[in-house]
Amino acid sequence: MEDNASREPYYVNRGKYRGILSWLMSTDHKRIGIQYLIALLTFFWIGVLLGLLIRLSLIMPGKILSQGTYNQVFSVHGIIMIFLFIIPGIPVAFGNFFLPIMIGARDVAFPRLNRFAWWLYLTGAALVALSLFVSGGAPDTGWTFYAPYSIRTQANITMAVSGVFVLGFSSILTGLNFVTTIHRLRAPGMTWFRLPMFVWTVYATGWVQMLATPVLAITLVFIILGRVFGVGFFDPSKGGDPILYEHLFWTYSHPAVYIMVLPAMGVISEVIPVFARKTIFGYKAVAFSAVGIASVGYFVWGHHMFTSGMSDTARIIFSFITFLVAVPSGIKIFNWVATLYKGSIVLDSPLIFALSFIFLFSIGGLTGLIIGALAPNLHLHGTYFIVGHFHYVMFGGAGFAILAALHYWFPKMTGKMYNERPAKIGWLILFVGFNLLYFSMFVLGYEGMPRRYFDYPPEYYTGHLISTIGSWILATGLIIIFTNLIRSAFKGQEAPMNPWGGRGLEWTIPSPPPEENFEEIPVIDKAPYRMDG
Amino acid sequence: MGDSEIHKDRMAAKYGIWFFLFTEILFFGGMFLLYSIFRYRNAGAFHIAAAQEDLLLGSINTAVLLTSSFFIASAISAVKRGNNRLAILLQGLTVLLGAVFLVIKYFEWMEKIVRGIYPNSPVLLKLSSGEVLFFGLYYVMTGIHGLHVFIGITVISFMIYFTATGNITRKDYAKLENTGLYWHFVDIVWIYLFPLFYLIT
Ligand SMILES: [Cu+2]
Repeated sequence: MEDNASREPYYVNRGKYRGILSWLMSTDHKRIGIQYLIALLTFFWIGVLLGLLIRLSLIMPGKILSQGTYNQVFSVHGIIMIFLFIIPGIPVAFGNFFLPIMIGARDVAFPRLNRFAWWLYLTGAALVALSLFVSGGAPDTGWTFYAPYSIRTQANITMAVSGVFVLGFSSILTGLNFVTTIHRLRAPGMTWFRLPMFVWTVYATGWVQMLATPVLAITLVFIILGRVFGVGFFDPSKGGDPILYEHLFWTYSHPAVYIMVLPAMGVISEVIPVFARKTIFGYKAVAFSAVGIASVGYFVWGHHMFTSGMSDTARIIFSFITFLVAVPSGIKIFNWVATLYKGSIVLDSPLIFALSFIFLFSIGGLTGLIIGALAPNLHLHGTYFIVGHFHYVMFGGAGFAILAALHYWFPKMTGKMYNERPAKIGWLILFVGFNLLYFSMFVLGYEGMPRRYFDYPPEYYTGHLISTIGSWILATGLIIIFTNLIRSAFKGQEAPMNPWGGRGLEWTIPSPPPEENFEEIPVIDKAPYRMDG
Repeated sequence: MGDSEIHKDRMAAKYGIWFFLFTEILFFGGMFLLYSIFRYRNAGAFHIAAAQEDLLLGSINTAVLLTSSFFIASAISAVKRGNNRLAILLQGLTVLLGAVFLVIKYFEWMEKIVRGIYPNSPVLLKLSSGEVLFFGLYYVMTGIHGLHVFIGITVISFMIYFTATGNITRKDYAKLENTGLYWHFVDIVWIYLFPLFYLIT
């Protein structure tokens, strides 16, 4: 291959396909990552609009949405946000783009499998989208598809669930691909303990994807078979057991929380050393805590079912392990703060998003302990407290990490710089709106407001009103942030190779990177995040 | 360029197939888990229901699948010795036996369906709930296993094509080797299904 020709940015058309096909048919990990990112953010915005609609309906119940439509809207909001946005999330977009570069490889281990997984994602998304419009109507079960209702409802569950099944398959293949890539394609000298932290978390996430997703897949198959052929594994009238569904579902869906949050933690571990101008504190502790979270997180699913009917012994064990899994998360937060300590902190927008991640995720994590303890759980289960908690973990955690990653890697991915001021203003508005929106949910839930309810007694009105006003503020912040990014992608100044002074391999190649990333595969001779040379 | 060829790595392919089989084990694991829970709760009914399975056909199918596994293993060693013609023949026999397995399975299913025993059928729903669950599991687990057999047949057919066109050679046979692993996995799943449905009377 002639090298001068291959040094053009990755998005310059050179293959045999033109236009959109040159993207869809591409096996370049960067092109695939960009496509995922665009798809994810599109679904994110659809989810945001549905969320705003839910909030609007809640301050004037019955005026905007009917009861049935309300059930469909919150279900579709959940399904889109969970399965189409936050679970694929960071690994498929930023993992695809940066994982090979960060380990000094030209691509992932199986580029064509990678493209296939992307097509599967599109197929799954299309099935989910189609289920909204065909006969039967959009799913109204919530994103959890609890049996036996999901087997009996008229809504078009079969197609939505098939879509989620396909998305799961895509997720498994991505995890498998990344784990193999990290095992096989590290550059010479890139030992395990020289891997950037983001790579460690994508590695741990890949294992969770492989270990947990097949359980979801078979569970969804049972739902489909129940609806299509009347196989009644979860149907009490046929000897089945709906509690079994909950067990199987949460065996996947709790680890899925780590599929969302682990790579987010990886992003934070990348951003903080660069903007504190210090090497990361406790490298091994941070790396092993990612693996620790991934392995312990597999055995806590029962905390979603404390009120579903379980023996006391089982509940005490599940509650205890839930507390255990908080330890590695605590280690990470401690190490991030220790990294910041006495650093020369540069308060640019990636760091601001990373710091808000630490703050919001801590609130999400600590409230998780409140509901992970048995006694408060009985009081708070099924209330807005839960809704507040998981929005702090998912949006405050994974969502803010995606925003941090977007701002941190934007110059590398697009070759353009964004404006710092609108990013910071947008962040401030988003942050205020976020806390109004979701903190009021803790109060509402503590006072007993049940989640998923369409209407409520007047005592709860003030809480709901504050929350809804928060949702408008939050949306304003998001609009500013994304307008800034989209504008800058087209009109921004040229980005230098290393705008932040980062030490990772991604900052040693041009912005945007050329096809195949490296002219010559680099040889690594030192630990990551070393700021001294 | 820009294609996967430059990254050809036999070891990576090994990792890939083992990880994939690992996820398959967990996928089937969900079904085996359900089986064990339902059988624990309905031990008696499971024994009664299992008596309706055709032990002879089940045993024949076990032998058929085991033999086919032997053929695909021999096909791989034939390729290693550079004997592609023999390898094609042996893979052809694997495909043939896979098809025989599915045909026998078809007759087993049909025999039950004709008697009105299939999920949600009026006949079945009159039986005890343990028996309903047994036949539900029977259709689901052998059905999904059968689907895997069918996928295996399709993949091996491609391998025959690759062996014939010289894409699989003595030096580069990772594809065929990994297909063999998949086929053994499908075989092993049946080794577990057979006693659970046919031998527990
Ligand atoms: Cu959980």
